Amino acid sequence: MRDSAIIRRLLGVYVTLVVIVLYIPMVVVGLASISRSRFFVFPIRKTSTKWYEDTFDSLQVQEAVWTSVTIAVFVAILAVVLAVFGALAYARYDWKGRKLYQKILLVPVFFPQAVLGLALQLWFNSVGIQMSWPATVFAQLVWIAPIVTLIVAIQAYGYDASVEEAARDLGATRWMVFRDITFPLLGPGIFSGFLFAVLLSWGNFPLAYFTSGADVTIPEWLYGKMIGGYTPMVPAVGFLSVLAGGLALIVGLTVRSRIARVQ
Amino acid sequence: MTDVTKSDLPAVSSAPRPLRIGAIPTGVWYAMPILALLVFGFLAPMVMVALYSFMPRGSFSPWGTPTLENYVDIVEQNFYISFGWSLWLALLSTALLLVVAYPLAVAIKRAAPKRAVILTVLIVAPLFVAENIRLQGWVLFLDKAGVLDGGLKAMFGVETGSLVTNVPAIVFGIVYVYLPFMLFPMILGLANVPPDVREAAADMGATRWRMFRDIELPLAAPGILIGGLLCFVISLGAFSEAKFLGKGVIVTVAQDIESAFTFGQNWPRGSALSVLVILLAGSAVFIAMRRMDLEKMLGRRG
Repeated sequence: MRDSAIIRRLLGVYVTLVVIVLYIPMVVVGLASISRSRFFVFPIRKTSTKWYEDTFDSLQVQEAVWTSVTIAVFVAILAVVLAVFGALAYARYDWKGRKLYQKILLVPVFFPQAVLGLALQLWFNSVGIQMSWPATVFAQLVWIAPIVTLIVAIQAYGYDASVEEAARDLGATRWMVFRDITFPLLGPGIFSGFLFAVLLSWGNFPLAYFTSGADVTIPEWLYGKMIGGYTPMVPAVGFLSVLAGGLALIVGLTVRSRIARVQ
Repeated sequence: MTDVTKSDLPAVSSAPRPLRIGAIPTGVWYAMPILALLVFGFLAPMVMVALYSFMPRGSFSPWGTPTLENYVDIVEQNFYISFGWSLWLALLSTALLLVVAYPLAVAIKRAAPKRAVILTVLIVAPLFVAENIRLQGWVLFLDKAGVLDGGLKAMFGVETGSLVTNVPAIVFGIVYVYLPFMLFPMILGLANVPPDVREAAADMGATRWRMFRDIELPLAAPGILIGGLLCFVISLGAFSEAKFLGKGVIVTVAQDIESAFTFGQNWPRGSALSVLVILLAGSAVFIAMRRMDLEKMLGRRG
C-alpha cells in the first residue's frame, strides 16, 4: 500500500472541504444579519445591529421562542420516558416479536416528514384534537421517540445484565433495581437521547408546520417571513437560533463527557 | 400510555425474581408505551389518509361512499408530473449522496477515535438547525449579489449571476440537507469490514480497486443500502428545497399535497397523492428492513 499516504492526505482534504461547505449557510446567515441594508448585498457596505434590536423587541419572536422551548422540553421528557422502556425492550429482554419490534420502530424515522405532518393533521382533525402546541409535541414524539430509543438502546446493549440479577438475588425490589442499577447504567445514553430530542425538536419545521395551528415555533416564524417577504430579521433570528442550538450542544457534550468520566 | 407499566410495577415489586408479569414477558410490557404511540401517531393517521383518498372530491369526512375519482384526477389533471419530479429528484440526489458520502465514511472510519468523534459531532450538528434557515443561507450565498456572486465580482470582476431558481440548485439543497442520513448508515456498514481482511488482501497483492470491489463494498453493502433507501424515502418528501432554492421552478409532490390540503381545500386529492408517496416509501422501507440486522448494527460495542 504505497499510495496510502497520498490517499490519506486526499481524504483529509475532502473531509475538511465537506465540513466547510456544511457550515457555509450558517456563516452567511450570520453575515446577512449584521448587514444594514434591507436587501442583502455582498460585500456588506454598512453594518448595523438594528435587526438584532428589532428581534429582541419583537413580541412575536419572544412568543415563538417560548413556544419552541416548551415543545422541545415536553418532547424531550416524554421521549426519554418512552425510550428508556422502549430501549430495554429493544436490547435487554428477549421476547418473541422483538426483531419485528426493532424494525417497526424505524418506520417513522424512514418517512417523509411533510407527509407524516399532513397525515397527523388529518387524523387530529378527524378525532377532534385542536391543532396547537400540544398536538405538535405529539407529532414530534412520533418521529423523535424512536430515535431516542435507538440511542438509549445502544447504551443498553453495553451493560452487564447479571448485575441486575445479582441485586435481585440480594433482595432488591424491582423498583430498587431500576432506580439504583438500570437507570444509572443507562445514564449516558439517556442524557444523549435527551439532548438529541431537544435539538431535533428545536430545529424541526415540517411536523410543527402542519400541527401547531395558531401557535408558532421559531422555524415556522422564519418560514412565514421567508414566504411573506424577506427582512434582515430572518437571518438575525436564524443566527440566534443557530447559536442557541450550538451552545446547548456544547454544554450537553461537556456534561456528558463528565458523566462518562465519573462512571 | 405509561399507565400500564406504572400501575403494574408496584404490585409485583415484592416478588423475588419477577422476570414475567403474569404470562406476558417483561419485554412486551416495556415495548407497549412506544408501540401505543406509534399505533395512535403513525398507523392511525396513515389509515385515515387511506380512507380519505377514496372519498368524493372536497369531502371533509372519511365516512362517505368510496370512489376512485381522486386517483383518476391525478392522472387526468397531470398531478403525476409533480410525482415524477419528486421521484427523479430523489433518485438523482440519492445517487449523488452515495458518491459524496462514501469517501467521508471511509475517512471517518479510518480516523483516530478522538478525531472521528469530533468529525461526527461537526457533521451531525447542522441537523439541529432548522432546514429553512440553512436553505435561506444557501439562497443568500448563491443568489445574484449574494456572497459568491458579490465576492467574485469584488475580487476578480467575475459575475456568476443567480445560481438559484433551477433544478440543480434543488438537488444540491437535498444532497446538502440529507448528507448525515446517508453517512451514518454507511459508517455502520463499513464497520463490518475487518481491517485484517483488507491487510490480508493487500498482502496477497490485491489492487486498491479489487479490494474496494471484492471486499469493502460487499461487506459494507447492508449499511450502504439502508443509507440509500433512507435518503431516497426522505427526499421523496422534499418540500423546502424546491420552495427556497427552486423558487417555484418545479413543484414537488409534497408541495402539491400541501396545497391540496390548504388552498385547494381538497383533502381527498391530497390524501390520494399521499397514498402514492406512502406506497413508494413503504416499499423502499420494506426492502431495507429485509436486509437489515439491527442487533448486529447497534449491538456491537467498542
